[in-house]
Amino acid sequence: MSTRANNTTIAGWIIFLSAFFLFNITLFIGKYEITATSLRSSGLNDEQLEILTTELGTIPVQNLSKYEIVRRVSPALTVMNDKLKQDGRTNLVIYNMPEMVFQIAKGGLTGFYAKNRALFFILVFLPGILGALMIYMPKLKHEKPGIKNNGIYFNPLTARKWLGYSLSAYLVLFYVFLYFLPVHITEMIAITDPVSESILGSPAGKWFMYGLLYTIFILVMGIRFIIRYRHNRYQILRTISVIFFQTVIAFSIPQILTILQKPYMDFKNIWPLDYSFFFSYRINEYLSAGTLGYFMLFWGIALIIIAVPLFTWLYGKRWYCSWVCGCGGLAETAGDPFRQLSDKSLKAWKFERIAIYSVLVFASVMTLLTIVSMFLPDNNIFGAPVNVLHGIYGFLVGSVLAGVIGTGFYPVMGNRVWCRFFCPLAGYLGIIQRFKSRFRITTNGGQCISCGNCSTYCEMGIDVRSYAQNGQNIVRASCVGCGICAAVCPRGVLKLENGPVKGRIKENPVLTGNLNNIS
Amino acid sequence: MIRQIVIIGNGISGITAARHIRKNSDDKITVISSETEHFFSRTALMYIYMGHMKYEHTKPYEDWFWKKNRIDLVFDHVESVDINNRKILTGSSAAIEYDVLIIATGSKPNKFGWPGQDLNGVHGMYSRNDLDMLERNSPRINNAVVVGGGLIGIELVEMLLSRNIGVTFLVREKSFWSKILPAEESEMINRIIRSHHVNLKLKTELKEILGDEEGYIKSVIDSAGEEFTCQFVGLTVGVSPNISFLLNSGIETDRGVLVDEYLETNVKDVYAIGDCAQHRTPPDGRKPVEQVWYTGRIMGETVAQTITRNRLPYKPGIWFNSAKFFDTEYQTYGWVFPTLKDNEDTWYRENIKKNQALRLVFLKENQQLTGVNALGIRLRHDVLDKWITEGYTADYMLEHLSEALFDPEFFLKPDLSTL
Ligand SMILES: Cc1cc2nc3c(=O)[nH]c(=O)nc-3n(C[C@H](O)[C@H](O)[C@H](O)COP(=O)(O)OP(=O)(O)OC[C@H]3O[C@@H](n4cnc5c(N)ncnc54)[C@H](O)[C@@H]3O)c2cc1C
Ligand code: SF4
Ligand code: SF4
Repeated sequence: MSTRANNTTIAGWIIFLSAFFLFNITLFIGKYEITATSLRSSGLNDEQLEILTTELGTIPVQNLSKYEIVRRVSPALTVMNDKLKQDGRTNLVIYNMPEMVFQIAKGGLTGFYAKNRALFFILVFLPGILGALMIYMPKLKHEKPGIKNNGIYFNPLTARKWLGYSLSAYLVLFYVFLYFLPVHITEMIAITDPVSESILGSPAGKWFMYGLLYTIFILVMGIRFIIRYRHNRYQILRTISVIFFQTVIAFSIPQILTILQKPYMDFKNIWPLDYSFFFSYRINEYLSAGTLGYFMLFWGIALIIIAVPLFTWLYGKRWYCSWVCGCGGLAETAGDPFRQLSDKSLKAWKFERIAIYSVLVFASVMTLLTIVSMFLPDNNIFGAPVNVLHGIYGFLVGSVLAGVIGTGFYPVMGNRVWCRFFCPLAGYLGIIQRFKSRFRITTNGGQCISCGNCSTYCEMGIDVRSYAQNGQNIVRASCVGCGICAAVCPRGVLKLENGPVKGRIKENPVLTGNLNNIS
Repeated sequence: MIRQIVIIGNGISGITAARHIRKNSDDKITVISSETEHFFSRTALMYIYMGHMKYEHTKPYEDWFWKKNRIDLVFDHVESVDINNRKILTGSSAAIEYDVLIIATGSKPNKFGWPGQDLNGVHGMYSRNDLDMLERNSPRINNAVVVGGGLIGIELVEMLLSRNIGVTFLVREKSFWSKILPAEESEMINRIIRSHHVNLKLKTELKEILGDEEGYIKSVIDSAGEEFTCQFVGLTVGVSPNISFLLNSGIETDRGVLVDEYLETNVKDVYAIGDCAQHRTPPDGRKPVEQVWYTGRIMGETVAQTITRNRLPYKPGIWFNSAKFFDTEYQTYGWVFPTLKDNEDTWYRENIKKNQALRLVFLKENQQLTGVNALGIRLRHDVLDKWITEGYTADYMLEHLSEALFDPEFFLKPDLSTL
């Protein structure tokens, strides 16, 4: 019962925070050089290198900071691009400059930090994971199983106070760097080189680092979640499920595919969440990868047109959103401390409906045009607009909404910002759930005392209470079936169920207990 | 004709009445209340103190709801009612006239004239104000005494424990809530309470509260003469109707405001509902004063019909109630008395390790189900309501138990053999 911190927990926090601190400190201890080898490792070819090297002046230069690298390399790359354009060698122009600056920086990372990456990896990740587990493990012994939300609204981290805002700012910055200016987190990416090298035989790219971090978060915070809800088998099972899909399907299998030099595929990622599935480069990749490639293409399409409607009809969108999906997986585990921060107002619901279906329409139109243009001859009228659309979507939806806002705003707007307002797949699943599904949350007669726990802890901002106190079942497009409303209800009023479609939506329900049958 | 309907009290009963009147009519509706500006859920007070929710979360309707539904809210205290001129007098504003008056003023915590009961740090746990007082006092509370073994008492105990306050729990009966629960269930709750390191004192009463020079409480002495040092005393020895402002108004009262089966008082167009109402002839088996959430709501629903010219008597169905004792949920349907009636028999199983229990009470002569208690098991209200109303047998219930279970998916079914 007691909320007083236990010694192991305190030690856990200290160890975890030290590791976190060290992880961030690495950003300031890297030393860089620009040499012929470091430039070459960025993947530029001779023609490009020739111009770039002239622009950079004398090389090698040693003992540079990251910022000096940016200062030197960025203008040089711009000049290189200009020259290439002037010469008409437009195919050699580098469009993703920030990525190239990062590649060049990473290739030139030297010195103490670079040599001891493996050591740093161990020093950050081992205590980081261990510390996090130490924080939660004691609850197994010292806290009885059951809902323990004590103090959530007194904690500056979970009550949208200064600590929550600070963490949010930190996360936003991290995502901005990750997506747009990776050079600023070169050391954080390099720290996973030893892992990448041992698995793939090559240094880590930013997505390898992010994938690894993501997986570790789901794993560790998943364990925390299971401890927290250990009295509830629904919660345990679905958490094991998201951990499995993240570690095996999303993280490990794609690495194996890379080793085998097969096309990349996350077998549980479904269009339109996987918005680039129909982009020509991916289609071509599949078509040129033999049977496995054809299978991947078939699988991806089958998920969209068979699995989504079928499973959503049977179980509601939860089968995906809180049992399988990686975004959902992170939200449910790492995001669990923030679920209560979702906005429950009617205004938020109105905004949600506009936002999510706009993204769905955007994704659909973009994909349609992409496919049409694929069947037309090269340089058709759709070609250019489609490219522009890809660019806008990738930036706005793929990066800003999914990452920067979607995850960065966990401590401010709750853990399902992306899933609730922007995910086009959630939009698609939601339409099916609302109109053609066996899933509903059943209300237990007249037992609701309107306490508000269910609404408060609904991460999708559904005002569950407004239905429960009227004896109405909850059938909402956005419900991801996390089951937390049912778990926190102190009167056992809510139950997630799959059942006959008939009577699923009760328009004017009668509250049990009043013989006058007033609805 | 548009009438002015005035409701005193914005609790569950008054607000339910207002909402249903609005559904059926265009009358002017005014709700006057002095505790909080907006309706909130009293049952959630404990969760505010424990940090599960903020006050905002306990409001079942957003603040724009009232204006949109043309329900005028007046944040004021009613001092008296003038039935002859059909108006009420409030603390600050002018008199408010009414055509129809609904009294829904709820309860106030009982105090039995104990020495020291008005010291600083002694109060009940009923209102928002009680909660605020407790919150203000909390930093200086290391030890607390909670007096009275009922539902609010045990909630208060849990609240205090969440702030690492040591709690002594004084219960007059021989076992927790044994005026309501049969011995086995009551014993299970005793065990649960003790497992949370609560100093549970049974068969003892509060005798005296001692204070210091500054008027703060210092300790408590119980009927056994034992002294407990504490900085807070929670008085949770029941509640009684909050109706002192009706004295001499001409509206007949006893413990509560006396109402007939249409929830009307002796004065025409004046009704009373919820905790503050006392039924002159209670429906079968029911108590004259019912102080629970659900009955307040049902009375609100019913009176709204009558007022909007669909005259209906108060007809609650099968009794039901629920509570949560720490981590163990409790539900009851129909009548389960602490001791069996002569014509009743019972079936009871418990699983002590899991804090689960199930009790069926039925008639000896035909096995007909009359009541069910469940601890740590969620049951379906509509199924139990039907089985009890329609006279299904206890055997039938045991055979078809899974139809009545409401536990979350993947939960292990309660195993009757190990129960
Ligand atoms: C801590 C706690 C937990 C509870 N938990 C449960 C539970 O789990 N399940 C359950 O069934 N029941 C529970 N109850 C009981 C339940 O809350 C009450 O039965 C119910 O709230 C009564 O509703 P009501 O509308 O009759 O009165 P109230 O909710 O008391 O509302 C009456 C309102 O009228 C106001 N008022 C009174 N006099 C005046 C006046 N003269 N002028 C202006 N305003 C006035 C009061 O300030 C109050 O705000 C609990 C009660 C408490 C205190
Ligand atoms: S309604 Fe319940 S199950 Fe659905 S998302 Fe909200 S908390 Fe989860
Ligand atoms: S948590 Fe349960 S009792 Fe509370 S409002 Fe929600 S459904 Fe009703």
